[in-house]
Amino acid sequence: MTITGWLQIGLLFLIVAALVKPLGLYMASVFSGERSLLAPVFGPVERGFYAAAGIRPDEEQGWLAYTLSMLAFSMAGFAALYTILRLQFYLPLNAQGFAGMSPDLAFNTAASFVTNTNWQSYGGETTLSNFSQMAGLTVQNLVSAATGIAIAMALTRAFARSSARTVGNFWVDLTRSTLYVLLPLSILVALAFAAMGLPQTLDASVSATTLDGAQQTIAIGPIASQEAIKQLGTNGGGFLNANAAHPFENPTALSNYLNIVSMLAISAALVYAFGQMVGDRRQGWTFLAVTALFLLVGTGVIYWAESAGNPILSALGVDPALGNMEGKEVRFGQAMSAAYAAVTTGLSDGGVNGMHGSFTGLGGLVPMFLIQLGEVLPGGVGSGLYGMIVFAILAVFVAGLMVGRTPELLGKKIEGREMKYAMLAVLILPLAILGFAAISSMLPIAVASVGTSGPHGLSEILYAFTSAAGNNGSAFGGLSANTPWYNTTLGIAMLLGRFAYAVPVLAMAGSIAAKPRAAATAGTFPTTTPLFAGLLSGIILIMGGLQFFPALSLGPIVEHFAMLAGQTF
Amino acid sequence: MQTYLRPAIVLTLAFILLTGIAYPLAVTGVAQLAFPAQANGSLIRNGDVVIGSALIGQQFTADKYFWPRPSVAGTGYDAAASSGSNLGPTSAKLAARVKSDLERIQSAGAVPGDGATASGSGLDPHISPQFAALQITRVAKARGISESDVDAIVDRFTEGRLFGIVGEPRVNVLLLNMALDAHKTG
Repeated sequence: MTITGWLQIGLLFLIVAALVKPLGLYMASVFSGERSLLAPVFGPVERGFYAAAGIRPDEEQGWLAYTLSMLAFSMAGFAALYTILRLQFYLPLNAQGFAGMSPDLAFNTAASFVTNTNWQSYGGETTLSNFSQMAGLTVQNLVSAATGIAIAMALTRAFARSSARTVGNFWVDLTRSTLYVLLPLSILVALAFAAMGLPQTLDASVSATTLDGAQQTIAIGPIASQEAIKQLGTNGGGFLNANAAHPFENPTALSNYLNIVSMLAISAALVYAFGQMVGDRRQGWTFLAVTALFLLVGTGVIYWAESAGNPILSALGVDPALGNMEGKEVRFGQAMSAAYAAVTTGLSDGGVNGMHGSFTGLGGLVPMFLIQLGEVLPGGVGSGLYGMIVFAILAVFVAGLMVGRTPELLGKKIEGREMKYAMLAVLILPLAILGFAAISSMLPIAVASVGTSGPHGLSEILYAFTSAAGNNGSAFGGLSANTPWYNTTLGIAMLLGRFAYAVPVLAMAGSIAAKPRAAATAGTFPTTTPLFAGLLSGIILIMGGLQFFPALSLGPIVEHFAMLAGQTF
Repeated sequence: MQTYLRPAIVLTLAFILLTGIAYPLAVTGVAQLAFPAQANGSLIRNGDVVIGSALIGQQFTADKYFWPRPSVAGTGYDAAASSGSNLGPTSAKLAARVKSDLERIQSAGAVPGDGATASGSGLDPHISPQFAALQITRVAKARGISESDVDAIVDRFTEGRLFGIVGEPRVNVLLLNMALDAHKTG
């Protein structure tokens, strides 16, 4: 670790912190229905969409109608994407003549992009036409993120309103978050990326004769436009197989900053917008403080573990001074690879600028653990905010039990019904992760996919289901996941992680909206103090993380000690 | 049912048109006008022939060239199949591969970390200044020019951190080797 490395990390987080308030205020105004600065441009589009779809924008929905709308839209998106992927051979812009995806791979990929996971069982440049990338994946990159924001806004309104029957209109929230937040920011960031060197063309490849006289086919395409929304929507699915480690997705230290800032900024700003909309900005800052704590500690541990290098390779004659460089790029080094890994997993982004599967035992444990904590740090666009609120509800409940008062959050009484919904939501992650991972570790066809045997093999399986259920999308890539078994089970895990979580959250939103908002009294447990931040951090660690510890001990922790002992598998 | 199906289907199609077609095409149009070099892949040409991309690494095995990092993209620097090894730190395959690369490099001392490990993309265009320094003697000998000449060229192609903070020191191997080829002896 070096001082310059820490300066890079510090500067990065400062830039994000500076963006939180302006972006948060802007989003709060968009979702309060105020007229946006961009209304002259996108207003006609917005009204056109409503008219064509028969949506009455001033008609609000109760939680059930809101949920059904969200599910109907996700199903339509799934059907459209699945169709495009299966039929890509017959669709335009397929210069390489790629065949359609197999049914299991198309199921996996459609589930992956509709749930904002962006797990990739395929390599982009060897599988997908430019049309599939644009009309298939780029679309879901935007609207799956917009869906996440919509759900978070429904829950936000539930706290902001008193004795209300409705939580907003899903179609309006979806359309407005796309038109006024995600799309305009994507255009800006895409152009900045193009200026930094990301290709943006409809051509698919260039043939080069290298300096040494060899032939090199260079895959290109409309990469900048997809990279922008990949990050802004915390999607993480790369245009190219190597994701943001690829020089065409992330050519410089500056583009690396823009990548990380883009993925963090909206999720963090949404937390601020929540505070603004419920009339308690300090609540937003409290959540952000907890987030920052986890991200900084996570970054620090990865940075430390990776900088130490791999003693097995050092013994062979590799200088450990640059740290463990397997799977990492020279232009990013250890500090920016560590920050990227922590942010992409604290968020449910899942893009990578270095291969997590080649990290050292402890360096690889942190990204996996950050996903297992529930993707709330600050989590995916929208989904992170509602995940954090679920943990906050658990935290006030625990605090209420300790002091013997009815728990309250932001003036809303938390009772049995909310607790049941919150627990339903948080239990889905361990169920999907540990359940599927346990079956896969025993099934010969599943174990055959493992790339590195020994404890790392267990880590590969565990990471895959962690990533899928947490809707993250990053991988320990040694696992050959493009098999019917993994495509199917990971697809199911992704759908569970998204919808089996979001539906109880929306039900909870309905129940909370209906309650009267009580004024704080002397007996109210304040939820904006360092004490509460500490309690919330503890709840996230215990409720989110503890159940995974036995599995982690057998995977990355054993691997760490094997590595120190010089044992290979 | 129709309450939900109609907006779901209509909005899905509308978003495909707006965000799947119009958005990438509009960005392509502007990028091609404003940043044509970058938008087409930062290509380096020699006359009409494309030599490669300034951002994408190439394979070099001759002694007169600086060698890039080991690559596992295809058979090495296959820019149509980017990939890292994804081998875990305790992998026997990883140790064996690193061992054979160390033998190829033939260094008296320890080899800098990037020199014996594969990058995440398999297309890393850079090596560390330390790994470049290790190769100066070999390159100078193969070219029959003085080490100080080669050293000066390496220096010229060593990029530092942005504002002295952001990024890591690095040398672009393709650009460096092109400069060596262009270097007149004496």
